Amino acid sequence: MNDYTKYLASRVSAGGLSRREFMGRAMAAGVTLALADQLFTESATAAEPKRGGHLKLGLEGGAATDSKDPAKFLSQFMFCVGRCWGDMLVESDPLTGAAVPALAESWEASNDAVTWTFKIRKGVKFHNGKDLTIDDVVATLKRHTDSKSESGALGVVKSIKEIKADGSDLVLTLAEGNADMPLLLTDYHLVIQPNGGNDDPLASIGTGPYKLASFEAGVRATFEKNKDDWRSDRGYVDSIEIIGMNDATARIAALSSGQVHYINRVDPKTVDLLKRAPNVEILSTSGRGHYVFIMHGNTAPFDNNDLRMALKYAMDRETMVKKILGGYGKVGNDFPINSTYALFPEGIEQRAYDPDKAAFHYKKSGHSGSVLLRTSEVAFPGAVDAAVLYQESCKKAGINIEVKREPGDGYWTNVWNVQPFSTSYWGGRPTQDQMYSTAYISTADWNDTRFLRPDFDKILLEARSQLDEAKRKEMYRSMAMMVRDEGGVILPMFNDFVNASTKQVKGYVHDIGNDMSNGYVATRVWLDA
Amino acid sequence: MSNPPPSTVLPGLRFKQRFPLLSLIAERFVLSLLLLLAVSILIFGGLEALPGDFATTYLGQSATPQAVANIRTELGLDRPVTTRYFEWLGNAVQGDFGTSWASKNSVSEQIAKRLGNSLFLAAFAALISVPLAVGLGMLAVHFRNRLPDKIINVISLAAISLPEFFIGYLLILFFGVKFGIATFPATVYDGMDFVDRLKAIALPTATLVLVVLAHMMRMTRAAILSVMSSAYMETAELKGLGAFRSIVKHAAPNALAPIINVVALNLAYLVVGVVVVEVVFVYPGMGQYMVDAVTVRDMPVVQACGLIFAAVYILLNMVADTLAIVANPRLRHPR
Repeated sequence: MNDYTKYLASRVSAGGLSRREFMGRAMAAGVTLALADQLFTESATAAEPKRGGHLKLGLEGGAATDSKDPAKFLSQFMFCVGRCWGDMLVESDPLTGAAVPALAESWEASNDAVTWTFKIRKGVKFHNGKDLTIDDVVATLKRHTDSKSESGALGVVKSIKEIKADGSDLVLTLAEGNADMPLLLTDYHLVIQPNGGNDDPLASIGTGPYKLASFEAGVRATFEKNKDDWRSDRGYVDSIEIIGMNDATARIAALSSGQVHYINRVDPKTVDLLKRAPNVEILSTSGRGHYVFIMHGNTAPFDNNDLRMALKYAMDRETMVKKILGGYGKVGNDFPINSTYALFPEGIEQRAYDPDKAAFHYKKSGHSGSVLLRTSEVAFPGAVDAAVLYQESCKKAGINIEVKREPGDGYWTNVWNVQPFSTSYWGGRPTQDQMYSTAYISTADWNDTRFLRPDFDKILLEARSQLDEAKRKEMYRSMAMMVRDEGGVILPMFNDFVNASTKQVKGYVHDIGNDMSNGYVATRVWLDA
Repeated sequence: MSNPPPSTVLPGLRFKQRFPLLSLIAERFVLSLLLLLAVSILIFGGLEALPGDFATTYLGQSATPQAVANIRTELGLDRPVTTRYFEWLGNAVQGDFGTSWASKNSVSEQIAKRLGNSLFLAAFAALISVPLAVGLGMLAVHFRNRLPDKIINVISLAAISLPEFFIGYLLILFFGVKFGIATFPATVYDGMDFVDRLKAIALPTATLVLVVLAHMMRMTRAAILSVMSSAYMETAELKGLGAFRSIVKHAAPNALAPIINVVALNLAYLVVGVVVVEVVFVYPGMGQYMVDAVTVRDMPVVQACGLIFAAVYILLNMVADTLAIVANPRLRHPR
């Protein structure tokens, strides 16, 4: 049984999937009819999710400065808090990353993907007893797209030109076609609030499975079950308590002593020690975040593609994943997309460590002398070690790397995106288009590899409004090839999200969307006594 | 040709001669206020000079130029520094520290809660550590250079040599994880009853006691020992006073000044220096609050915390000096 069927089975156990739906999806995933039938019966009778109990999470990332206003959610802590009490219009499928309905029941786009019509779910109540209406939806989106908005989603939704209600439907008109529009609405800032949260952005009233009971920024948040939840396949525990724990050792101590059921951000360096605790389970999920070595493609000596190729071939990706990530990650292939994205271009050959090829390209580049690489511990966990490892693997190809350790304070202002060769990291984005638009289109503010290619930009914009998936996939493939073979990014690894729970926690969904089961951990798991 | 009549003597001077203690205290008080003012300028200026600003730090990777500009205008960061300083000082004097840029909560309200938590923890740590330290110090003097003295010294030196986070982790490991008898994490919140609160702070209190104990104990021991070598102690001994009685009755009062000083210093540390302990034990106090604010450059909070920390230090030092003067009449008439 593969991961996907396992997930489907867990959805059946959770009561969220009918027999018909399960059979259809399982067979589409290559399971035979007889097996699917058997699986369904097993899942439906066994592992029935238990309801009740008090779930305690110990999370890194909370701060006294956290705001309850969804527009200003920033930390991991608030990400998780928001997912407990609020719903978005759209969610993403935990395994495929595709858009699935939430408060929007269904949607359709015009042929040029410029106009989008969303049907809003009926019979949904806010925590204050008020019915969800189209006006609330419109007001919410307007608040986040306002040019005066301080919303963290402003960058994501700024392409929306017009928001209006058509009867009980929501109609969005975009500045340019975007086939990924529904996925953009999964952003965790875009919680639908009564009257868009204009009356009281801090009220934390939503349509989610839990009601916020108490909140102290950076310290603790508690939730009670929302008895009128419109969904039955979530919200199994009676109450939730999220405690802010910014110290890694404190989190581990709290988990192994059973004071909390779940912690996030387990350090790869200590994960093996934590594994020894008898009641602890490590939850590692493939993610989209990646660690990078970035060269400015328009600055000497990195304006020479042979030198860039030499430096790419001199990267020992397997060793990086093993040593820096403790094995909790996947090797990268020098473009910022991995198989967790929808429409991932499959079948691109994996680039491997090859000192001979590196030496060949290095010689051809005509470069001599050492190459200066700037790094700092803040670039990503283990960045300095990674730079030294890289220095070693380059040595075998006859390339001399000089590693310069920069101070952490000011690294993002003075080194990253300023100096021609440095280490850095990227968090994932909901879509390929977003990732490329943020860091690879010529005009991007964060084009940290100085990837200036009009032909690339053209394909990116074309792909954005292309509704035909096959054609789009082909476009994403050629974009990936351009970045991989001519770009300034050396991308050795994608880091996993490493979290841990006690063994009482059941039904954890490994969501490829984002960390902590895409923030939904508290609403998806149940406690087994 | 004659001396000026007494009435022309400066009233201040006369007050000073008549109430030397009161005027000394008043002088120290005014000086403290001036010091606090200087600190406020330093805090404000220092934060102004820091690289990086709130808007970009707070928005992180989602900072669009538009959002950044919006935040700056909203916070009035485009106005001159001096205007903002005097405005801030004027409000701070009235106890209003403005609203947090990040959470939009009232800083004064937040600080009241956080400072309350910090003081609660510090008070308990002080309640245990001060009598313990002074008592152990006297005990060490009584048994000086004998086994009890050596044991006290070795243990306290060991405790002071370990960094506080390490002591904290050891306590967590043994009492929280292995034996499971202590509450961890030490998170306290509104509406928690007093007994639960006490249980929650048991481990951090123990850590703090271990951290500050040695310093105060060793200072007590040294101060008393130096008094012990003076002539009148010899007299006390010669007239047949018991050893412990002579320490408590004659040596300790004369060693009070340095002891008070070191106690005050440690009390100040208990309030403002416990950042690490608060982080390790997940305790919502002032230190944690300030660290969070510095990370996102939430200036109103950082300024308020800085000013309060400075005030605590200055106040405790002032109290210590005053008490030292009370304890030692000679200090009242400086030459």
